[in-house]
Amino acid sequence: MKKLGSRLLAGPYVLWMVLFTIIPLCLILYNAFTNIDGGFTLDNVAAVTDYVNAKPLFLSLGMSLVVTLACFLLSFPLALVLSKYSKNKNSIIVMVFILPMWMNFMLRTLAWRLILLNNGFLNRGLDILGFDPVYLMNTKAAIILGTAYDYFPFMLLPIYNALVKIDKDVINAAKDLGATSFIILKKVILPLSLPGIVSGITMVFVPSMSEFVIADMLGGGKVYLIGNAIEQAFNSGYADVHLGSGLSLSLMGLIIISMVIYKFFDRGEGGHGLW
Amino acid sequence: MQKKTIRFKAVSVLTAAAMLFASCGRSAEEKAANQIIVFNYGDYIDRDVLGQFEEETGIKVVYEEFLTPEAMYTKYKNGTIKYDLVCCSDYMVDKMIKEKEVKEIDYASMEHISNIGDTYWKVSENFDAGHKYTVPYFWGTVGILYNTTMIDKVPDSWNDLWDKQYKNNIIMQNSVRDSFVPPLVLDGCSINTKDEASLRKALDALKEQKDLVQSYLVDEVRDDMVNGQAAMAVIYSGEASLASEYNEDLEYIVPKEGTNIWMDSWVIPEGGRNYNGAVKFLDFLCREDIAQKNFDYVYYSTPNEAVLDGIDEEEKEEDTAIFPEDDVLGRCEMFTYLGPETEELYNRLWKELKVY
Repeated sequence: MKKLGSRLLAGPYVLWMVLFTIIPLCLILYNAFTNIDGGFTLDNVAAVTDYVNAKPLFLSLGMSLVVTLACFLLSFPLALVLSKYSKNKNSIIVMVFILPMWMNFMLRTLAWRLILLNNGFLNRGLDILGFDPVYLMNTKAAIILGTAYDYFPFMLLPIYNALVKIDKDVINAAKDLGATSFIILKKVILPLSLPGIVSGITMVFVPSMSEFVIADMLGGGKVYLIGNAIEQAFNSGYADVHLGSGLSLSLMGLIIISMVIYKFFDRGEGGHGLW
Repeated sequence: MQKKTIRFKAVSVLTAAAMLFASCGRSAEEKAANQIIVFNYGDYIDRDVLGQFEEETGIKVVYEEFLTPEAMYTKYKNGTIKYDLVCCSDYMVDKMIKEKEVKEIDYASMEHISNIGDTYWKVSENFDAGHKYTVPYFWGTVGILYNTTMIDKVPDSWNDLWDKQYKNNIIMQNSVRDSFVPPLVLDGCSINTKDEASLRKALDALKEQKDLVQSYLVDEVRDDMVNGQAAMAVIYSGEASLASEYNEDLEYIVPKEGTNIWMDSWVIPEGGRNYNGAVKFLDFLCREDIAQKNFDYVYYSTPNEAVLDGIDEEEKEEDTAIFPEDDVLGRCEMFTYLGPETEELYNRLWKELKVY
């Protein structure tokens, strides 16, 4: 009886998941494999091989890899430093890094726009200091910067949480046995924080793969990602939900393949079935 | 008229809710006799005018707003609310007339209809052949907004958008049909061409131009031009006029080769219940003092000649976006609905440009 009671607690979420995850996924699957007349077709999924869709897909892939790497390189050392402080002190510091998330993400992106514009804050600052202006706005670099900024906390938090959970005695033991700082990092800290790194990478890589709003706001319509292609399929004057669903499905497929490859390498490094 | 704000969206929701409540109790016919339901773009009328109409005629105005023609059409087709009057853009009006969704308007009973100039009736022929179903409301053009401090030579042609000197200093419209206007017009084609070879040629021109373009924007065009981000931008005349209010270095021109012109008009939908009230309201809108109020509020080009005659020459010369020279209209062409096949082609070409 107790078992049933505790199962029921999951009820609200199961209902939520069915309504807003399972059913929409089924709709996408159905739309992806049908055409406007309702007949079965593979065209929508095959559309991803068309260069107007393949090019944005690989651009998205490349850019989200860069974003993920940038987020990791920024947050791992930071998390390492933060995890060494005492609990009380670092909860304030961690909050400082989380604070931007309390503001709407569109506003944050809009703020980047004002900073990066040709005569925005950045270039005005550079001008005062006597440097040449940089034209970042409407480039891939601007989108990478904006996306990395937006998803940075999603990388920082899981890594930080994994690092603070590492028993200090384990590190002390390694020191006693004569391990150098580098060896400790490589052989002790990195493997033990792997669960946090993996979830951080997943939480940054997956959403930035399907990103299109930041690309619209900071790319000035000049950079076309797979997210934009899907959005155009659903939202333009000539709306084609079937094509949009087919592209979404291909994108999901690519993400799953990336994760499988990643998991494969992860195993090789001695990970232990983390997800 | 694509980008009216959603400022009054909340108001329109409230109006709709109020209307639903009001509908309880009295019979529909009884209510329809002394009210009209009006459907218009957001923020596209001086609201004082509505109260004045109620006072003068005793007919209650239930006023609702929409954001895009597509949204209007979906809601209208849904049929829950029986709209007596709808104001919308040329191609959507075209579609509604072709689908026989609108009633003929009894112009003879309208006292002030003569205020609408002949020129504008002629332009309306594009979608209302024989002049039966529409009353023009506001109109405008698509042209080039330029910053006088950032250019050497005043642009007068679409060709100036391909001038390498302005690399990274040009803003284009981020919408398919608008961005194809310059290359099609330059090539001597109709902006409504369905010919794939002509459209492909236009695409090649746009691809060549992409390297010079700073950005493809919609709503931000005006802001970026006001902030001096770019030397030139393709823009709607109404937006251009507003932009030059904020930055006096900005000037608007209609290129000599011609351009796209848009016209928003009123129609009386088939489903409406109060035909006489609707015609009365249209007549009221054409009356000089009312048209003047709406013009002052909206500040787009008005087809009302009584209003135009009252504006002094100086103001007209200052704002050529709103008061174009007489020959401009002759150089313009209106968008027509191209059908699903050409729309699909446009969609494809647009993607090819974007991934280029």
